[in-house]
Amino acid sequence: MTYRILNFANFSHGDIMSLGAFLALVSLTLLRGLGIPDTPFGPLSFGLPMILAFFIALLLTGLAAIIIDRILYLRLRRTGPIILLIAAVGMSFCLRNIIQFIWGPQPQYYFKAIQIARKIPLLGIRIKPDEVFIIAVVALLVIGLHFFLQKTKMGKAMRAASDNMELARVSGIDTEKVIMWTWAIGAALAAAGGTLSGIENKFITPDMGWQMLLPIFAAVILGGIGSPYGAMAGGMIIGLSGEISTAFISTAYKPAVAFIIMVIMLLIKPRGLFGAR
Amino acid sequence: MILEARNIKAGYGGVEILHGISMGVDKAEIISIIGPNGAGKSTLMKTILGLLKPTHGKITFDGHDITDLSPDKIVRRGICYVPQTDNVFPSLTVEENLEMGAFIRKDDFRGRMKEVYGIFPDLKEAKRFRVGKLSGGQRQMVAMARALMLDPQVLLLDEPSASLSPRLVKLIFEKIVEINQSGVGILMVEQNAREALKLCHRGYVLAMGHKKFEDTGQALLNNEKVGKLYLGG
Repeated sequence: MTYRILNFANFSHGDIMSLGAFLALVSLTLLRGLGIPDTPFGPLSFGLPMILAFFIALLLTGLAAIIIDRILYLRLRRTGPIILLIAAVGMSFCLRNIIQFIWGPQPQYYFKAIQIARKIPLLGIRIKPDEVFIIAVVALLVIGLHFFLQKTKMGKAMRAASDNMELARVSGIDTEKVIMWTWAIGAALAAAGGTLSGIENKFITPDMGWQMLLPIFAAVILGGIGSPYGAMAGGMIIGLSGEISTAFISTAYKPAVAFIIMVIMLLIKPRGLFGAR
Repeated sequence: MILEARNIKAGYGGVEILHGISMGVDKAEIISIIGPNGAGKSTLMKTILGLLKPTHGKITFDGHDITDLSPDKIVRRGICYVPQTDNVFPSLTVEENLEMGAFIRKDDFRGRMKEVYGIFPDLKEAKRFRVGKLSGGQRQMVAMARALMLDPQVLLLDEPSASLSPRLVKLIFEKIVEINQSGVGILMVEQNAREALKLCHRGYVLAMGHKKFEDTGQALLNNEKVGKLYLGG
């Protein structure tokens, strides 16, 4: 969706994700410093500050993306997709190195408690309570995004702009506003991904988002470029196949699995599962 | 004249296509612009809507200079535009397309939507369908309906009958007359020159970026020179 509205592939998406994860860390530290009790909720390994930090990170990352757009991309909007793409690669380096400059290259932790997976009766699978929380949050975000795109005026305008930017403009739609919303929502969702993966993996690193870029592209291509629902489905498939593959081959090959799926998809159906054009 | 263009020169990337064209639309008038390919008909329309900046000349609407306004500002003032191709949002439903047409309206536009559905009853039946799944004729109706949502004073139509079957061409022309009778001024570019001249109040003939003739539609149809050169004898 950002690809169709912004008219270029956003290479800095992964690093915006890292930015979100680190902004959550800052918020978390500040909130703990303010003396908000950090007693874990029930079986979860974190408390109120983590949840507040999550929302603050979403908000701040969305704002950061709008600021980056105003400073950098706005001036380049008329140039063309290649120049924007290179600018995004540059932005990606900037973000990653700024993060590394501030927090250093070693992993950082939201919290250090280690959780033990519990067996769910009936289903016969083991899952950590934190993971249940993550799945619930992702489900809420997906439902929220769907609602936003289908029911709100701005969501519809975003779909319209991704269909036909020129027509949106001559219909009187403020396309600059649409672009800002697109950045904010894309970045906030990336921040959500970064923070949640920090909760799941227990640590965050400055290059975590960069590492995710390949699977992100694989998921987007699999789902069909420019289709938000395709991207959701693609993300599921890439993620699951990567994890399932670890049962048979070394975990080091997880990214390769994503890569192979992407190549196969490009060969047999380059438009992706839900691609429109 | 509610919309008036005076001595417009415009083009793309330094190549001048319109070499000084003057024309106008009166309140609730139908104007047809005809002429061979490459005459500058669509360019003139894009210049009026502000998609293209004229290098020379002045465009006024309702007495105000709109020459240097951006398209969205011009749309706000009451000139709406239906491009020749890509004139709908295919992944949106019919109703969502109309809502996008009314995007800048802050008021309740359900009344207007009812009126527009009154002109295009077929669309009301199909309002939950994605426009990408509709036929060419229905798409053209969606495109026109979307442009009418702002209750414009002047509607610009770029080849509304292009690539439609003869039966649909007739239907679209009927709709154009109906829209006009509701008080909307219409400026259209047409390849179906004879039909367009029959239903318009006045017409302009463009060729090579110059205005060759201007007269009432009937007079242009009867004009021997126009007939020979531009209407195929």
